[in-house]
Amino acid sequence: MVQAVKTQTDPALVAHLYRRAGFGITREQVDRLSERDYADIVDFLLNPLPSNGVHDDEVSRYMGGESPHAYLATWIFRMINSENQLQEKMALFWHHVFATGLAKNEHVLSASNQIEMFRSNGMSDMRTILLDLSRDPAMIFWLDNNENHKSEPNENYGRELLELFSLGVGNYTEIDIKNAARAFTGWTFAQSPPLYPHGYYPCDFVFEEENHDNSEKEFLGHTGNFDGGDVIDIIVDQPACAAFISRHLYNFFVADEPQVPTWNEVAPLDPQLIDAMSEAFMNSGGDIKSVLRVMFNSNAFKDARFKKVKSPIELVAGILKMVGNFDDFRPGLSAYADSTTVVMGQKLLDPPSVEGWHTGKEWIDGGNLTERVNFAVSEIGDGESPGVQRIIDRIIDSGSLVAPEDFVDSALDAMGPITVEDSTSEALMKFARDSEGIDDRLRAVRIISLIVSTPEYQFA
Amino acid sequence: MPNNLKGKAPVLVVLQMTGGNDFMNTLVPYTSGLYYDSRQTVRITEDRVLELNDQLGFHPAAAPLKDMFDAGDVAIVQGIGYENSNRSHFRAMDIMHTAEPNAIATEGWLAKAIRQLDPEGKDVLTGVSFGRGLPRAMAAPGVRVTSVGDLDTYGLMTSVDIKEDRAEAMDIFKRFYTPAIGSGATMSYLQQTGDDVLTGIDQLQTVPGRYKSTVEYADNPIAKSLRDVARTHIAGLGTRIFYVQHGGYDHHAVEMPAHEKLLGELSGALRDFMDDLREHDSAEEVVVYAFTEFGRRVQDNGSGTDHGSGGGAFIIGDRVEGGLYSEYPSLDPKTFANGEDLEHTFDFRGVYATLLEQWMSIDSIDIVRGKYEQLQPFRVA
Repeated sequence: MVQAVKTQTDPALVAHLYRRAGFGITREQVDRLSERDYADIVDFLLNPLPSNGVHDDEVSRYMGGESPHAYLATWIFRMINSENQLQEKMALFWHHVFATGLAKNEHVLSASNQIEMFRSNGMSDMRTILLDLSRDPAMIFWLDNNENHKSEPNENYGRELLELFSLGVGNYTEIDIKNAARAFTGWTFAQSPPLYPHGYYPCDFVFEEENHDNSEKEFLGHTGNFDGGDVIDIIVDQPACAAFISRHLYNFFVADEPQVPTWNEVAPLDPQLIDAMSEAFMNSGGDIKSVLRVMFNSNAFKDARFKKVKSPIELVAGILKMVGNFDDFRPGLSAYADSTTVVMGQKLLDPPSVEGWHTGKEWIDGGNLTERVNFAVSEIGDGESPGVQRIIDRIIDSGSLVAPEDFVDSALDAMGPITVEDSTSEALMKFARDSEGIDDRLRAVRIISLIVSTPEYQFA
Repeated sequence: MPNNLKGKAPVLVVLQMTGGNDFMNTLVPYTSGLYYDSRQTVRITEDRVLELNDQLGFHPAAAPLKDMFDAGDVAIVQGIGYENSNRSHFRAMDIMHTAEPNAIATEGWLAKAIRQLDPEGKDVLTGVSFGRGLPRAMAAPGVRVTSVGDLDTYGLMTSVDIKEDRAEAMDIFKRFYTPAIGSGATMSYLQQTGDDVLTGIDQLQTVPGRYKSTVEYADNPIAKSLRDVARTHIAGLGTRIFYVQHGGYDHHAVEMPAHEKLLGELSGALRDFMDDLREHDSAEEVVVYAFTEFGRRVQDNGSGTDHGSGGGAFIIGDRVEGGLYSEYPSLDPKTFANGEDLEHTFDFRGVYATLLEQWMSIDSIDIVRGKYEQLQPFRVA
């Protein structure tokens, strides 16, 4: 094939960037983007367009309803079709870190408002993000800050704010927790979120002055009559916050770290990159975009191919994008959030606990792997869907069906491009040899079904 | 060491109550003034408790468990914990899973037990977990275990409907997932997992078709998981350690109705499980160990209870010598840990050692890293 425009960026690198900063990419999109300079593509991702190319109003009119399915269908539709891929990915990132569960809250409107909040503030600065979070009704109810009274402090939010949302174990004391809790007394909402018996009325943040502890508090070495905003200011100034958030971003976008509670004892995989990201955080007053720019442009990121196990939603959205059945809105999307990712161990809007999902290799066990393979094979194995048709055409048009090596190479290219281990490549070669002579299109469908069931395909 | 199991190998079912069960409201010190002083809202009043003796009584929702206790099948281990209890769910559960409170450990206590039961890792069904996700307790490098989401739909490439195509795809799949030397750690783990799936799948797929029972379990996740355990055990596939999870015990708020629902589901499922096993003459060799990561704060917060310590656990089975074990944590505020938590009275590693040595006949010193005081909760027949 003759390339009309000179390639600026290696297609495999474009595909890598979009698996991480987005929810995958079609091969045609890779072709278009690889004509651009890598740093430009990163900037494009960091600066969401005013319109994401998805007609939100039509989507919500189509779905309507007040169920988690309706909202999740809308969100997955955006994961597949939004031009602003990183915006959706950052919403998912904060959903992982600030894990809030519908099992307790039961109030879909607050849960979806929280995700919308992450979509809009997810690439702003840490102070805004934590302040918005502390005023978010879903979070307030989830960690009981509505039960955090001047007379009877409830330390749930204060504890998790420090342990899981900003600093990490080892960077504060039990006294700091108690005093952070006191600083957030009176931060509650106008009406209680649980659904019953009133239905989904909106639920707004209120500050109850008379329920706020207005006495002096000591917090991380500072003393004063602090309220929640002051506590957040002190937190965001801590180098520990810069390092903790940088490591979270690294763990989500670059390579799998050990689980979060070990972080005060186990050094980061790439201390240099974490230092560079932390420096960007400190120098910019906690600007998340600055940290992301350093991360995505680093060589360490570019080299970290297939170093992260895909989360269930990454796997599912990536496959759906490739299959192309949901380029336009139509029914059926909610089932993917409602059951497909759930049986793989991830129920969006409802993480198992405030610690969020265990990631990396903990996404994989025999049961989950079985579900992942079965899902991918059944979607890709449907040779009628438009995206699969395009992939088949591409393989056939490359003229590679004759020699088994060329057939395997062009199939791997059309599915990513992705690279696989030698043992996987040999197994695909065996299939290519054994299947010579069968119908071209059928043969192409069968090899791409095998590709999505490889161990490599479980990695982003 | 258990004997007279009619030649059957002992089986351990570990049931995780996730979130930190409120032990004080499970086994209620209903005659303690301090209990009522501390629990102004989140309390079980004397008229509602199911009395065990003149001090303690079960939560009323746990009636089926009380019946099993009265029948002598439940050993209650009171005051389980360890020094300097950690109030983080994450870390506390990690400690329970690895039996290591003092450092970050990677190997699960049950995985190490499975390694002793099956040193060459020949049988992927020696340890089986039902439900969402494999717990760290069952994970260790080189230890092969099986994790099943839903026993009724367990299978691979089920969408490929032409039999020969499916057989060929499975053959290639086997090649993909043949553990290779020199792959990265996560990649080898993935390959090994795929290999284990293939090995276990053929056997597990036969289980549902071989099961018949008059016991009707309730429709909730813990009942479903215990039913899967029962079906697999009855099928006789050689599984020695099962793991199931029951989530939702993190009751910081609105604890009263939520806790009641969970204890009702749990105790009903345990009763049905034991009845089912007995119906199939498969109960004597099974012991259930139900635990949680920590107990909750003595003082309630007006609606729920915050993270605390001094939890409790249950050992259940036909060969269990029912009764109260260890001591209920002291309700004298002078003894409280951190000035506000129940002080534990029995080290959890001693309970693990008890289960491993006296029930499973496994050496526990390496698993719990030392010697800990044990209980004597098994009947010697």
